[in-house]
Amino acid sequence: MTIFSPADEQELAKIVADATHPFAVEGDGSKRALGRAADPAATLSLSAFNRVILYEPEELVLEAGAATPLDEIEALLATANQRLAFEPPNYARLLRSNSRGTIGGMIACGLSGPRRLTSGAARDHILGVRGVNGRGEVFKAGGRVVKNVTGYDIAKLVTGSFGTLAALTSITLKVLPRAETEVTLLAAVSDVHSAGHLMRAALQSPFDVSCAAFVPGRGVGLRIEGIEVSVASRTQSLIKHLADSFDILDERHSRLFWQSVRDCEYHDVPPGVALWRISVPPTHGPGLAEKLAAITGGRYSLDWAGGLVWLEVQASENAFAAEVRAAVTDGHATLVVAPEDVRSHVDVFHPQPAALAALSRRTKHAFDPKGLFNPYRMSKDY
Amino acid sequence: MARSFQTVKHAIICNKLSSRRNLLYDPSMSILTMPKPDAATLANRDDIVRGLRAILPSASVIDHPVHLKPYESDALSAFRQVPLVVVLPETVEQVAAILRYAHEHKIKVVPRGAGTSLSGGALPLEDGILLGMAKFNRVLDIDYENRCAVVQPGVTNLAITRAVEERGFYYAPDPSSQIACTIGGNVAENSGGVHCLKYGLTANNVLGVELVLITGEVVRLGGKHLDSEGYDLLGVLTGSEGMLGVITEVTVRILQKPATARAVLVAFPSSEDAGQCVADIISAGIIPGGMEMMDRPAIHAVEDFVHAGYPLDAEALLIVELDGPQVEVDHLIGRVQTIAEANHSMMLRISNSEDERVLFWAGRKAAFPAVGRITPDYLCMDGTIPRKKLPEVLAGMTALSKHYGLRVANVFHAGDGNLHPLIMFDANKDDELDKALRFGADILKLCVKVGGVLTGEHGVGVEKRDLMGEMFSDIDLNTQMRVKCAFDDNGLLNPGKVFPTLHRCADMGFMRVSGGKLPHDGLPRF
Repeated sequence: MTIFSPADEQELAKIVADATHPFAVEGDGSKRALGRAADPAATLSLSAFNRVILYEPEELVLEAGAATPLDEIEALLATANQRLAFEPPNYARLLRSNSRGTIGGMIACGLSGPRRLTSGAARDHILGVRGVNGRGEVFKAGGRVVKNVTGYDIAKLVTGSFGTLAALTSITLKVLPRAETEVTLLAAVSDVHSAGHLMRAALQSPFDVSCAAFVPGRGVGLRIEGIEVSVASRTQSLIKHLADSFDILDERHSRLFWQSVRDCEYHDVPPGVALWRISVPPTHGPGLAEKLAAITGGRYSLDWAGGLVWLEVQASENAFAAEVRAAVTDGHATLVVAPEDVRSHVDVFHPQPAALAALSRRTKHAFDPKGLFNPYRMSKDY
Repeated sequence: MARSFQTVKHAIICNKLSSRRNLLYDPSMSILTMPKPDAATLANRDDIVRGLRAILPSASVIDHPVHLKPYESDALSAFRQVPLVVVLPETVEQVAAILRYAHEHKIKVVPRGAGTSLSGGALPLEDGILLGMAKFNRVLDIDYENRCAVVQPGVTNLAITRAVEERGFYYAPDPSSQIACTIGGNVAENSGGVHCLKYGLTANNVLGVELVLITGEVVRLGGKHLDSEGYDLLGVLTGSEGMLGVITEVTVRILQKPATARAVLVAFPSSEDAGQCVADIISAGIIPGGMEMMDRPAIHAVEDFVHAGYPLDAEALLIVELDGPQVEVDHLIGRVQTIAEANHSMMLRISNSEDERVLFWAGRKAAFPAVGRITPDYLCMDGTIPRKKLPEVLAGMTALSKHYGLRVANVFHAGDGNLHPLIMFDANKDDELDKALRFGADILKLCVKVGGVLTGEHGVGVEKRDLMGEMFSDIDLNTQMRVKCAFDDNGLLNPGKVFPTLHRCADMGFMRVSGGKLPHDGLPRF
């Protein structure tokens, strides 16, 4: 396996321009098991782009090299009481990696956690990128200010493109203040439909619930974040509004609860088990989870007020891909964890209607006409 | 805009290419050039009108010169062009049929919502069909359980809020034209408003669209669920200024209205103090619902007009609005007061009633008409800068104002660094429009120089098109234009907008993809 590790953008551009083989594009390789299994002959390592380039807390902006470790960035933000509001998860355990990964990997995979429900996804916080396209050209897109409509939003387009459009060298993000404190209301609900009702009622209330998840065995968690007086007042108001009984998790326990939801800790994924991540309208979540659990015999949990279903199934029988896809009528299902052989012949990403698939393929072609970057990682066709 | 350029003498629209091939802008002429009209299309106008009448009811195809006139410009009325023909479809099938027809006959198409663009995004083409989406004006589905609404693109921004407010919900992005502008246009322009810092732009509040491609194919991007599958085409569509497809349905996120809102009005002896106050508020972890600044000329113009009680001896005036639960707002108001006082505030008032809050805002909201009262014409610019560069940019603007001999007043979305300089001039004076345009271009160049961008919320359109090179290299622009090729490889949708040069897709190395297949599909690429 040849590994190319360019030291700067010019060297990266030259390697791509001269390339005679496709590459696996990597930061630190923590997300190698995410996406379709593809095995390019060479690796394009972006590990040299590993420094924070700019951090201005009062401007709410951070720019970092694509391979800067996410943990390092979060530690830096914490020094100014700030955070990435979309709550990037840690899938090291799910993906059997020893690293949480880099900011470039997180952006490439478009990963967001429980607060995505109300604060937006990774794509909602990206302001700009630099990188090299499949022609070996260094380009930039977007900027470093939060309000910018100058030209097409290429930064959003590359977010969640799994490294198939460009090799990113730097990422500029909007950062936000950390909540001063938080609590979680925990309701001992066991029925999934009741859980769905409770979560949706909380989200429709005016009390600014930031996250809502259902973890079987623990119940429904409703997160309230903000300044001390506000959290206290909203907590009381919400309890009254929902007329249910709750345990209250204090700040420390609340953070631990949501970290465990974020990192999908409820789901155990020994070899032979596959894990689906299914995004649907929140009202569909409970019924879909119940139905698929009955068909597959698998376990599930819900996040995003029911809009995100995690489903754990046996990996054999193609991880029940046909059953899962048939059940998702409005939304999409991604096979996040599965053995390599399953990921090489099952559609990891949700199949698209013909016109949309063709448009996606032309988009790939616009950036990477020779198919150099992560070929077949997202689609069996390119 | 307060006054349109009714008396503009300059022949602004000039349909000729300059001597450099494919270059739309000729700096020596300081006029706007648009893509050269296709002679065959102009000659075949009658056939085209007949062809469109075969698709649409006769009344939905407008070809009489008198009836075409109202469509000759959007809100950037300095630039005007009567379109070839106007069509007003009312079903997705009709939109698809029109685009298929245009694609087959290689006719350009300019989509239009309410025509409120300040950057000329809906400026017609002499040889182009103007596709008006005004008849798509229905709210299709209000889904409180999933906290979203599905609407047709011709529904106005404010009508969405009106449709959901009975249950305490609203649609967050609020461009100042919200009473007239449509959600389809908002998506095309990625419109902002005064609450963007806390609630995001249009892009952050749209969940899905139905989109008709130039080929007539209909695709759905996103929906009531979160995140698109595959590439974030919804992300790149939002703000693409009508160049990638025609939106026929939009699903937006709706939010619970904050329980309360209060505003603080603070005056400062210098823009430095005001700027530092903004930085300190954000550093303290406070994200206000809105944070607006005005400079001295703007303060004077609005105080003369609305008598909101703004102090005339201040150099900068800041309105900070906190929204949310009552206890939170009351608490944060106190913190903002402390921060403002530490930054030498010379006057500070806190709204104690809804009437008072509205009064604080009255001046800011009337800033444009107020400036319109004191000048025959003005140009409204729209750049974004890193907030801390504000004093430097204001000083630069003062110098430019002297240089051009034109006054400028500034209103500023201080929270997100979005500047709206209003350049005052008199179009009846020989060279003032030209000077104002050059002054505006210099301000935007200054924004880029300090790390900012050419447009924060108004879009590039034709207005800033020829400045794109200030911010982007040819490679950056080609990277964007190839995305355009992926959607519209003949360049038929809204050409002449956003990009300063026209390239054929093939010249940029974009191979024609037919039937979704690349050339030599299935062969290993190496």
